[in-house]
Formats: sequence, C-alpha cells, structure tokens
Amino acid sequence: MITVRVEGERSEHGVFVFALSTCGWCKRTKEFLRENDVAFEYVDVDKCTMDEKREVGRILKERDVPLGFPVTIVDDEVVISGFKPDEFREALGL
Amino acid sequence: MISVEDVKRRHELDARSRGYRLNPDPDFLALLLEGLRVNEERYGYPSCPCRFSSGVFEVDRDIICPCDYRDPDVQEFGTCYCCLYLDEASFERGAADPIPERRPPEMQMRGLLAAGGEASQESPSEESSVETGRTLRYCRVCGYVVFREEPPYVCPICRAKREMFAEIDMGLGVRST
Repeated sequence: MITVRVEGERSEHGVFVFALSTCGWCKRTKEFLRENDVAFEYVDVDKCTMDEKREVGRILKERDVPLGFPVTIVDDEVVISGFKPDEFREALGL
Repeated sequence: MISVEDVKRRHELDARSRGYRLNPDPDFLALLLEGLRVNEERYGYPSCPCRFSSGVFEVDRDIICPCDYRDPDVQEFGTCYCCLYLDEASFERGAADPIPERRPPEMQMRGLLAAGGEASQESPSEESSVETGRTLRYCRVCGYVVFREEPPYVCPICRAKREMFAEIDMGLGVRST
C-alpha cells in the first residue's frame, strides 16, 4: 500500500488518513493538517490495488468505522469520519 | 477520452434542468470535475468522487453522478454529499458544508469488499445475489416505472416522494379455462 508521509512540526500524535484522491473533503483534510503543521500519513484508497482495497475494507469493518471518506485515525484510538475541523483540533490539541 | 470541459458541460446542464447550481468555489469544483473524469476513465461511469467505487457497476450503481441521494440531500441540506450540486440559497451564500452520508452503511461496505472490478463481475454467484430482491414499482403520480431493490427517494420524473411508489402486481396467475 502506497502510504505517503507528510512531515510536520507537530509530531506528538500518530495521525493516519484513509482518503480518496478525487474527493474535495479529503483534500481539505490534508490541507488542514498541513496548515497546522501536523505530521501525518495518508493513503489514497482509490489508487490502491484491488487486494489492498479489500484489506482497507476489512480494517475499517473491524473498527466499525462510518465509511465516509476521509477517515482520520489519531493515535490508533480516535476515529474521525469526514472533514471535521473542530474534532481534528480536539483530538490533536490544536 | 472525455475532457473536464465535457464533464462540466454535462453536469451544468443537469444542474440547470433541476434548478440546482454547481459549487461556486472554483478550486473545489475543479477537483470534483476532475474526480468525475478520472472515475469515468477508470470504471467507465462517473461515480461520486467523494465515495469509494468498487468498479463493479451493479454495486456502484447508486453512486453514479447524479447519485440516488442527490435530490433528497439537496432538499434537506442544500447540497449533495460531495457538494457538486447546491440549491440556489447555498450557491448565493457561496459555500456548502459537509453533510451526513445517506447511503446505507451496508451498501458502502458491500462496495469496499466487492472491490475487484472484473473478477467480481465475472463471478456468477455475485451477479445473481445482486439480481435478487428487485421489485417492479410505479410512481402513482406520473406512472414512472422502476425495477430496483428499493424505490427511489424522489421520483426522477415528477419529484413525487418515495411513499408515492407502489408495487406493480403483474397478475401472472393461471387463467382458468
């Protein structure tokens, strides 16, 4: 799976984003994290191979995540579905 | 190959026919139109740029733009899920916020797990499971007939509500002689 790492000054949280490369809200989410200098990793699920897509499906199903992209996972614990700046700020202590 | 201009023209026409507008934010709109173009090239149909497409037509059918959820979403929230289509008030305000997903979770999950494109399409068991459960219904207002698992949220012809759809009784009983 092609995971992209974005460097940032704020690296105290592990932030992972399941995104779609074609989606406006996914783009806004990446921009929000970049603007706030948050280090994060993301994967554009639509660019994955078929096997990887099914793997993402299994991961999200196991976590019982609402499937609206983007899905942002903070410290492997807090799951935020969609572009929700207030929830990002709270989870990341911004 | 379809161009972004073609995609824009097509969705502008569609928006106009419904009294909707396309997103006024030029960058956001450009991304969505490019997403639709990319999806059409990838899958052969312009599925929603903000939803996961499996590549299996029958599984993605409800999220081909304009998706099944657009009309009820624009009615309730002033925008569709990906914010391509806005109502006049949202357009005038110049912005649209993210809205909740109306597509049922089980259909989203079916899409993710069905990802496999051609392989899944060739599987007869998958095809037959998709085929079952469809019912013939008609709109009691305008007579529009639809053969699907569920009636549409809004009649695409006359915009009557879902409740106006009734099952068609084919009356295929054995005729007594």
